[in-house]
Amino acid sequence: MKAAPFEYLRASTVDEAVGALGPGAVVLAGGQSLVPLLNLRSRRPELVVDVSRLPLTDIGTTGTGSLALGALTRLRAAETSPVVARTLPLLAEALTCVGHVSVRNRGTVGGSVAHADPAAELPAVFLASDAVFTARSADGVRTIAAGDFFRGPHRTALGPGELLTAIHVPLPPPGTRHGVAELSRRPNDLAVTAVFTSVTLARGVVADARIAVAGAAPTPIRARAAEDLLRGEAPSPDLLAAAADAAAAATDPADDLHAPAAYRRDMTAVLTRRALRQAVAE
Amino acid sequence: MKVSLTVNGRTCSADCEPRRTLADFLRHDLGFTGVRVGCEHGACGSCTVLVDGATARACCVLAVQADGSDVTTAEGLATTSLNPLQESFRRHHALQCGFCTPGMLAVATELLRENPSPTEAEIRTAIAGNLCRCTGYHNIVAAIAAMREPNRDDEPSAGDAGASVAGNPGRTDP
Repeated sequence: MKAAPFEYLRASTVDEAVGALGPGAVVLAGGQSLVPLLNLRSRRPELVVDVSRLPLTDIGTTGTGSLALGALTRLRAAETSPVVARTLPLLAEALTCVGHVSVRNRGTVGGSVAHADPAAELPAVFLASDAVFTARSADGVRTIAAGDFFRGPHRTALGPGELLTAIHVPLPPPGTRHGVAELSRRPNDLAVTAVFTSVTLARGVVADARIAVAGAAPTPIRARAAEDLLRGEAPSPDLLAAAADAAAAATDPADDLHAPAAYRRDMTAVLTRRALRQAVAE
Repeated sequence: MKVSLTVNGRTCSADCEPRRTLADFLRHDLGFTGVRVGCEHGACGSCTVLVDGATARACCVLAVQADGSDVTTAEGLATTSLNPLQESFRRHHALQCGFCTPGMLAVATELLRENPSPTEAEIRTAIAGNLCRCTGYHNIVAAIAAMREPNRDDEPSAGDAGASVAGNPGRTDP
């Protein structure tokens, strides 16, 4: 199909973009989610505000120990960034599961977050990493914790006049390992279900564990009961199995044409065990 | 809106509506019919072209977004004769109906530039986003595998890892 007509503005500054946003307007970043929706006419905006040429593409670390990503960082640029590989390998590995290279060449980190697909990888990774999102509006700048950001399928805490500009991820402490386990219908499709873990080991004991699940609830979720089971314990097959069951119990999956709810819940347990095993492996 | 592109080294411009995709702009407004429009929502990969050297699904890019970009379509890969990758597709019977071929050539071009000796698994991953309706993947993989360094342009030999994906390693055109 072809998109319905809309007005188009190519913003040359953040202020210009923010000034144009409001009800009836949508933000176009890489377009890898939005343009298909326009073509299918499931979105019919009055105005498309193209922010893709704004200079929000820096990748770096901050003095406060965070990885900072401009919202318009291309997925492929983040995936191949030595800074991301060194500081947040969970993100680097998760990015290899996001779409195909031709999609990652154009899609942006902030676009994936703002699109808030419950089955998408990056929202879950940022949820597992306690990331903080920065948004600009005509009223100024505010920050939103990832835990408060995702409100429902494709629904976020961003208001109609707000533009996501940056993502800050606290760097994990030394001894942190990650795990990624995803089930999809073909490689690089959206997840049927996916699990992202980050485990900090100290003297053979789990000092901290984070587990986020995509595709098994209306938003990405943290499996906090499973994390609590792991903290303070030495990893063992029984412990990982118990955490996997706790993660599955935290899901609220839906039936759809890709998978029944019960299958998604069962797979959450399987994938959690795999992701944890990867994280605690020697 | 007026949109200007460099396509296959030539400057082209035309008026188009903001809702026009790059795929339609290239194919219908500029006449580059090597751009194949399939699903129009990013699922099939047929419309894949190189934009500023990197693959993009032309149906998932608005023409206005690409204004000022340097685009290479299938027409731009060959000059007076087929380029070595295209010749490998021909030699390995990788074309079948030909509809997916321009997109396959685009992703293979990018793959071989970034990874001159991809494994069979890497080749299959690279083309996984491009649907071949003839299900002719085997010969496409063989055609790309034949381009690997250091065996580029060589038929896969019996001892070559490529033989496992080449189907009929000894086969040549009649």
